[in-house]
Amino acid sequence: MQATSVSSAPADPVFHKPAHALSPRRRAETLTGWALLLPAFIGFLVFYATPTLRAVEISFTDWNLLRAPHFVGWDNYARLLEDGKFWNGMKLSAYYVLLNIPAQTLLGLFLAVAMDRLTRSLFVKAVVLLPYLLSNVLVAMIWLWMLDPLLGMVNHYFAAVGLARQPFFGGVDQALFTVAGVNIWRHMGLVAMLFLAGLQNIPRHLYEAAALEGATEWQMFRRVTLPLLRPVMVFVLVTSVTGSFQIFDTIAVTTNGGPLDSTRVIVHYIVQNAFSFYKMGYASAMSMVLCLVMLAYTVLQMRLMRASENDLA
Amino acid sequence: MNSQQRQWSAGRLIAWLVLLCMITVTLMPLWVVLKTGLMHASDVYSGASELMPPNPTLLNFKKVLGLVSTEEALSLGGSGAQINFLRALGNSVLFTGTIVLLQITFAAMASYAFARLRFPGQKLVFGLFVGSMMVPGVVTFIPNFILIKDLGWLNSMAGMVAPFCLMQGFSVFFLRQFFLSLPRDLEEAALLEGASHLQIFWRIVLPLSVTPLATIATLTGINMWNEFFWPYLVAKDEMQQVLPVALQSFKSQTPQGQPDWTGLMAATAITVLPTILLLLAFGRRVVESVQFSGGK
Repeated sequence: MQATSVSSAPADPVFHKPAHALSPRRRAETLTGWALLLPAFIGFLVFYATPTLRAVEISFTDWNLLRAPHFVGWDNYARLLEDGKFWNGMKLSAYYVLLNIPAQTLLGLFLAVAMDRLTRSLFVKAVVLLPYLLSNVLVAMIWLWMLDPLLGMVNHYFAAVGLARQPFFGGVDQALFTVAGVNIWRHMGLVAMLFLAGLQNIPRHLYEAAALEGATEWQMFRRVTLPLLRPVMVFVLVTSVTGSFQIFDTIAVTTNGGPLDSTRVIVHYIVQNAFSFYKMGYASAMSMVLCLVMLAYTVLQMRLMRASENDLA
Repeated sequence: MNSQQRQWSAGRLIAWLVLLCMITVTLMPLWVVLKTGLMHASDVYSGASELMPPNPTLLNFKKVLGLVSTEEALSLGGSGAQINFLRALGNSVLFTGTIVLLQITFAAMASYAFARLRFPGQKLVFGLFVGSMMVPGVVTFIPNFILIKDLGWLNSMAGMVAPFCLMQGFSVFFLRQFFLSLPRDLEEAALLEGASHLQIFWRIVLPLSVTPLATIATLTGINMWNEFFWPYLVAKDEMQQVLPVALQSFKSQTPQGQPDWTGLMAATAITVLPTILLLLAFGRRVVESVQFSGGK
């Protein structure tokens, strides 16, 4: 490695001579910079910037893929304000976040603290992380079977101990709960791993000092662990809340929005409008609103994070 | 002191029990999947609560892999649905591999430019890249779908990989953070000796970055291996399906009424296998990569 770099360096000295003069050197640096940036920048332009602007544009039209789009002004936005299914979707997504995130975060935190105290075993870590490494589709298949009303193992055990069989994915008032439960199963190991990384950054001597002063386990957790875990907590919450609000895969595979729209969360409703009803304009308008809600949440959470950093300082 | 010691042990015991409980909850469903895949279709009801398959058979696996004729499969009580598993596996490998290779290469190039060069437009572009992480996928998927359709890339590998392979905000952000943390001494010495930025990038920075490159490649690889939404939109064609799409379509192939559970679970078990093999081969790397993603 060393030898090749030495031998090739003198091969093109002429090319680098002007580098001593400031201006051409700047020019060369600009050229190199943009050359290195080019593929990523094209990707950004073609697959992020342009489609985002296109989506804004489409949201002001009545495009249905069949005939040429017409500009309809704010019609789509006015319509979504009065569309009960849109608000129902937003409400279900928000409700889903509430069902999913607190339980997932607490279970993950518990797992992390337990692992931190009990074991360094790679096997345990790998097992805990395994569900997250499986795709949403796989996880959905696994639980469709486990929770099948007639044949699923869970219902067989329910029946065996005298409990009523449950419809789970098929129950109007259970389906969203069930989807949340499935995703808690998939994500708690990931949350635990993130917390565990944070826990292992906390200096041991803090605990030793606390133990010397007679602090109980619970006091150590409250006064040492939790405050120092705050940055990880904020990261976990921002990413998991925005991700969870946009839940789609699991629902597409298990309930497909049903029964009776009880799991027709907002992203599912948007995709349904786009690819089942071909209402591209309306779907785009709804996605704009969703985007704004997510941005507002992220900004709010960032503000809160900054405040908490000041508290600690 | 003595009582505290005892309390400690009791607490530890309870914590171990709960941890073991959670490990069981994690592994149990996977065992049930495998068990069901090994059962005869006629035993699904009677054997539902058994922990071991009553009359174990490899038939479902053979059927799913297309090693048994459709008539034979139907006569055995299955739906005759097949999953072109090897094809889907190959597609998944190609899909994931192409994206990881290209995306990480381009991200490393861009990150180096952001971290070590000074040129006009740099700050703005970096800001835009970071901003792109905030745009939900549900905003861009309609125009991107139209674009891929207009290019005639529906049901093609090109259409599946295109939106992912050039730029992903997180990869650029992640690698830039690492490059900024590298000591500059070596690079400055090389600059004085007349090396170009490209030479420095290739000969000095990249060899020092093997670990973070492997980390981001692992993370991107896991995400892409599991990606469902985009391939499902643009490549439903059987020959192009990646594993998650193939599994979903296997499920929906089953006629009305009960799905072919033993076949579906055999297919599920086969699809879990690559992930287990990955963990067995690179467990530590995977665990540490995932942990790292939350670190910064």
